[in-house]
Amino acid sequence: MISRFQKYLFFAMLLACVVMAAFLIRLRNRAQDRLQAQAAAAPAAMASVGSSLKTVILYVPNDLDDSLTTVERSLPLPADGNAQARVVLESLMEAYRAPASTHPINVASGVNDVYFLAPQDRTGEGGQMAVVDLTGALAAAQPSGIEPETLTLLSMMATLHANLPAVTEVHFLIDGQPRETLAGHADLTRTYLASEAEQRPSPAMPAGAVR
Amino acid sequence: MRWIEAAALVVAVAMAGYAHSSSFSQIPQAPQLPQAPPIPPMSTPTASAQIQQRFLVVVDAAHGGNDIGARIGNGVLEKDITLGLSARLRSTLRAHGIEVVMTRQTDVSMPPLNRAETANHAQAAACLVIHATATGSGVHLFTSALGPTATARFLPWQTAQSAWVTQSLKLESEIDSALAHAEIPVSLGRASVEPMDSMTCPEVAVEMAPLVGGHVTEVRAITDASYQKSVVDAITAALEQWRSDWKQP
Repeated sequence: MISRFQKYLFFAMLLACVVMAAFLIRLRNRAQDRLQAQAAAAPAAMASVGSSLKTVILYVPNDLDDSLTTVERSLPLPADGNAQARVVLESLMEAYRAPASTHPINVASGVNDVYFLAPQDRTGEGGQMAVVDLTGALAAAQPSGIEPETLTLLSMMATLHANLPAVTEVHFLIDGQPRETLAGHADLTRTYLASEAEQRPSPAMPAGAVR
Repeated sequence: MRWIEAAALVVAVAMAGYAHSSSFSQIPQAPQLPQAPPIPPMSTPTASAQIQQRFLVVVDAAHGGNDIGARIGNGVLEKDITLGLSARLRSTLRAHGIEVVMTRQTDVSMPPLNRAETANHAQAAACLVIHATATGSGVHLFTSALGPTATARFLPWQTAQSAWVTQSLKLESEIDSALAHAEIPVSLGRASVEPMDSMTCPEVAVEMAPLVGGHVTEVRAITDASYQKSVVDAITAALEQWRSDWKQP
């Protein structure tokens, strides 16, 4: 025969176990979110250590008139070139995901890494080839179409070239692997010349404009 | 009877000789024109007429089958929009006496290689690659991002379009003017999109987007029939103009 006291004790202990389990699960989720946020902010954190504030130029696309608009931002840039390139591109991604973005791509982190190689000798001008390893999340969030995909690539190429003039060629990977297109249209199998960003689409003419 | 035939032949030859030596020879001879150099077969009027008759447009409805393209919204897929728009364009062009070859006429997958093969085999006067997107406004026109090169007998497959880039830019300009005349916002650009770089014809990618924002007074969806008609009519007008301007490079 189990006494009433023992029954109460058993149920109280069971309740305590359930509450503790729920508390631990919540703590675990919060820790996971914190780690993910730290990973996403790694370039900024890397930049803030022993780096000075510098003005960078971002080429922000506008889907409505097919143009690239220059925006200046002050960022703490690290000394390392690869890290600099990553910080600059992540800053561009911030512009993509801003609430009033003219080229909305809602992705937390769009660049895995940037590597520099000797360029394929096509122009004979020297310089460097930047291999930009984009995240699969960026490719998944990228709106599909020739115009939006081309604008994304041109804005990254122009931004890289503006802040790291030695970059003359750019090649794109997705999660470390070559891929045929960004989101079904823009060709990622080829290496782009950074100067191609200067041939960006002209602003749209207003309807009814006389040419 | 043989001797009669032989006699008739002798008489005929004698009469011909007489005519040549007497009366006809007294007619003053027209001054002899300098002999024209031999004309290559493609420059003869007959060949030119054949070229004029061969004015042919390739319409490539992008995507198809498993390759759905962009999701335009409300379950509308880019592959369906491009096919519908291409069929509409074909009908209108044919009504204006322009011959059309389509790379696909049904919802089938077609590799870029096959699309370029179809276009190149047709030796088209113009190639239009039809796309659609939910982003932007109006019509986006794209030509290949390749730099122009001289025409050669053999061209690398991956960059064959480079010999036609100058012609493609002219064609783009014609379409741009026609769309602007129809009060449709236009943007121009260069892009690397398969199979454009492998096509050996003046080519333009026509990407249709909804009419929104900017100077647009009326929002119109990409599926709007009247909007599609105005785009198709403008492209047809541009190709009619191109037909009168175009010469085989």
